[in-house]
Amino acid sequence: MSRYRAIALLPVMAALSGCNLVVLNPSGDVASQQGDLVVISTLLMLLIIVPVMALTVLFAWRYRQSNSTARYEPDWDHSTQLELVIWAAPLLIIICLGAITWVATHKLDPYRPLDRIAADKPIAAGAKPLDVQVVALDWKWLFVYPEYGIASVNEMAAPVDRPIRFSITASTVMNSFYVPALAGQVYAMPGMETKLHAVINQAGTYKGFSANYSGAGFSHMRFAFHGLSDADFGGWVAKVKADGGALDRNGYLTLEQPSENAPVQHFGKVDPELFKAVVNMCVRPGTLCMSDMAAIDAAGGLNAGGLAAVNGLMKASALTAWPDGRSATGLCTVAEAVDAAAAPIAGADLRPSFTPSSAPSTGYPGGAPRLANP
Amino acid sequence: MFDISSLTHFVFGRLSLESLPYHEPILVATFAAVMLGGAALVAGLTYFKLWGYLWTEWLTSVDHKRIGIMYMILGLVMLLRGFADAVMMRIQQAIAFNGSEGYLPAHHYDQVFTAHGVIMIFFVAMPLVTGLMNYVVPLQIGARDVSFPFLNNFSFWMTVGGAVLVMMSLFIGEFARTGWLAYPPLSGLEASPDVGVDYYIWALQVAGVGTTLSGINLICTIVKMRAPGMTMMKMPVFTWTSLCTNVLIVASFPILTAVLVLLSLDRYVGTHFFTNDMGGNPMMYVNLIWIWGHPEVYILILPCFGIFSEVTSTFSGKKLFGYTSMVYATVVITILSYLVWLHHFFTMGSGASVNSFFGITTMIISIPTGAKIFNWLFTMYRGRIRFELPMMWTIAFMLTFVIGGMTGVLLAVPPADFVLHNSLFLIAHFHNVIIGGVLFGLFAGIAYWWPKAFGFKLNVFWGKLSFWFWVVGFYAAFMPLYVLGLMGVTRRLRVFEDPSLQIWFVIAAIGAALIAAGIGCFLIQIAYSVWKREELREVTGDPWDGRTLEWATSSPPPGYNFAFTPVIHDNDAWWDMKKRGYKRPLEGFRPIHMPSNTGTGVILAGISVAFGFAMIWHIWWLAALSFLGLLAVAIGHTFNYNRDFHIPVDDVIRTESERTRQLSGQVQA
Repeated sequence: MSRYRAIALLPVMAALSGCNLVVLNPSGDVASQQGDLVVISTLLMLLIIVPVMALTVLFAWRYRQSNSTARYEPDWDHSTQLELVIWAAPLLIIICLGAITWVATHKLDPYRPLDRIAADKPIAAGAKPLDVQVVALDWKWLFVYPEYGIASVNEMAAPVDRPIRFSITASTVMNSFYVPALAGQVYAMPGMETKLHAVINQAGTYKGFSANYSGAGFSHMRFAFHGLSDADFGGWVAKVKADGGALDRNGYLTLEQPSENAPVQHFGKVDPELFKAVVNMCVRPGTLCMSDMAAIDAAGGLNAGGLAAVNGLMKASALTAWPDGRSATGLCTVAEAVDAAAAPIAGADLRPSFTPSSAPSTGYPGGAPRLANP
Repeated sequence: MFDISSLTHFVFGRLSLESLPYHEPILVATFAAVMLGGAALVAGLTYFKLWGYLWTEWLTSVDHKRIGIMYMILGLVMLLRGFADAVMMRIQQAIAFNGSEGYLPAHHYDQVFTAHGVIMIFFVAMPLVTGLMNYVVPLQIGARDVSFPFLNNFSFWMTVGGAVLVMMSLFIGEFARTGWLAYPPLSGLEASPDVGVDYYIWALQVAGVGTTLSGINLICTIVKMRAPGMTMMKMPVFTWTSLCTNVLIVASFPILTAVLVLLSLDRYVGTHFFTNDMGGNPMMYVNLIWIWGHPEVYILILPCFGIFSEVTSTFSGKKLFGYTSMVYATVVITILSYLVWLHHFFTMGSGASVNSFFGITTMIISIPTGAKIFNWLFTMYRGRIRFELPMMWTIAFMLTFVIGGMTGVLLAVPPADFVLHNSLFLIAHFHNVIIGGVLFGLFAGIAYWWPKAFGFKLNVFWGKLSFWFWVVGFYAAFMPLYVLGLMGVTRRLRVFEDPSLQIWFVIAAIGAALIAAGIGCFLIQIAYSVWKREELREVTGDPWDGRTLEWATSSPPPGYNFAFTPVIHDNDAWWDMKKRGYKRPLEGFRPIHMPSNTGTGVILAGISVAFGFAMIWHIWWLAALSFLGLLAVAIGHTFNYNRDFHIPVDDVIRTESERTRQLSGQVQA
């Protein structure tokens, strides 16, 4: 019987061996541990699933109506011992699995810095992780390397065995940053920053993509992840530096426009505050940063005190970068702000004396005014 | 100052000729087919002069049995639409390789997968589940109807209203391109300025009114209208699971309504609940929608667990093993289903302790669920199993559902979820539990209660054919998706780069074709059985040697269900009555007090559709007018005092003696 089954399963095995189950066989330590967890959990559950399936078939066969030799007890409907087993068996499995879950979830928390490079390789003392800032744009990926002052689109590289610390955000809609060979995914959300720690252990080129549907160009939102030796990585950085122009705020605003199947781009120089401005949704000069808005709220909201705070913040904040000579004298509704923008700037009345960066627009992805009375 | 464009804008809102998709050949062909079919239907109804019959006997009926059947028809019609979407996706994904863009542009494909999810959950699974509960529960508890018969009719028509709005989006404008839960900011005004998301919102809001009210109705019915002697712990298991499901409906659908109201406010009046900026927070939407969404899946599966319990016990010729633990398991699942919602987005960046908490609560649900599986298993143990269609579906369910349950618990382990979330593994998992659990359960239920509803059995040959096509098709369609998920392939992709994936998508498409054959055989089974109904006629009212009360009355039951309300002594009430030599009462009949039919439900739902349409297209005058119309008709209905009547005793006697003759075999028909 088992031989026949093996023969029957042969095509399945052959088909499976021909494909790359990257989730179970990845090239990064974090993804490896996650893949192992998939296997361990499955085996643990099979302990109960297999007997249940076997008993189902066995009972269905044995107690079929035509089998008059089988016992028939129409009124047997309770057995305390059996009930105990019925509830205890799944409970035991879940206790084991729950314990594994608690430990593994904390150990593999994407926000937690790595404590090893691979199962047998601890992290060298004083090793600094590679910082990569990731922005999910419509519909492409921007990677900024603050350490090197470079950026790339739809291509990223990292040295083998060096921990990577990703800071992840998005420009307009939610995406999910996922390189299956490297580590599990984390959402990329506009106005927010998520974290992921990972390391790649084998040189090679791996697939990265968005794992959360984000609109028309979603299918093409892919990038290549290069795991490189230290020397090759140095070469890649030098190439990016040599290839590209600068990515400043205006450059970002152009790049941010929706495009599909975007080609790989390199930038040799990047505005160091760019990522912070993207997270705070104030890349466009003259828009109020979310961090500032939160500070205003913390300082008393949109009353006279808050207004004083605004002007203090605007002067102090390098991120917000208001045009010279502007100061807020009042904060009103979006509509009023737009009216004020159209009218000549008046000095001392209580209308806003700055101009919002754009009129409210329902068009996609035109920027809506970033400042209004909530 | 007269301006023609502002006048058309006033009259038609955003609606213009451009809104009609006459440049999309697929839609034009579909439209032509629907119109032809519709015209044929209208012509048929007119030719056979059936309009009056349809209106007085069905559309305005407050009889829970007729409303139940209408729910089933709605669910099956929408199944065809939702399945057509599935086939379109499978074909697209099977061919869009090696630089091919497939045959669906993103604008169309993204609507297709959104509509597939919305339709299958809200307008297929929900109506089918509600339909069975509506039909069976009052019979199982020995009631003459539900607590609020008019409300029942109104609930049904509101569900139809939601379905009508979804179908309208096919030919007027477009549907959402957001995925079935319409997460902002993608569903916000900036990313989705067109009418798609508005269709989504108003279809669900209109249907949601019906679902919530029907939940209240069935809770009241079960709590207040049980036959004397039927204590809570003597209720049939299907009634128990229905009770829990309706508690879930009433407790969770208001959350859906509220979150969609907030999204509407963002879209219509410029609030910032879920926007990226101005203090809005899309994560709040994701939390709220899943606080509804997770209980929703238990809303679907619990009644099916009830069906499997009835079927296993009946066809094993045995009392249900562990009735008490079955009931407690159901109640525990009901409560726990509110404590797991976050497992749908472990990847959103919650801390490890939060993720662990929700992962472990999710796993805990598998304990009562596992206990249920064992209870069915030990119901079969030392039974005499008859492999009729409902029992075949049950066995297929037990073998399939445990796989889906296992992959579900696997996805509840947060680090494992990080690598499988949003992948085709997840798609395979939830189809594994929804098809293998809910749909198999519904097919078991349909085969089981069909003779009760229509007085004849379903043809077995076509039923078995449908069964095998469905089961094999399911495995062929979804096992490849598990493999693809492990290969790191994510969901909702329209085109692919890696050619080695194609073979799996082709296998999945073949699976979809097998399922199509299964659906075809099911429809043939119904048509053939109706045609051969005299051969399949069943006059006893108890074709399966049943155990619960619905089998005590005739098939189909008379309008009043039971001439005398039975008295209950055992949780297998009818089995107990048969064992104790129950004799049908043959005299002493009295007039029976029943609710009157009313057209108000149809009218209210019709106006609601107009209101939803007006809101979608910004036709403000129509919105205001239809809203006032809703109020006027609802208030007007409170002055309708013609709400009930008595079935004359002569009619009762005639019906009952007809049944007496049938039972004694004098008249075959």
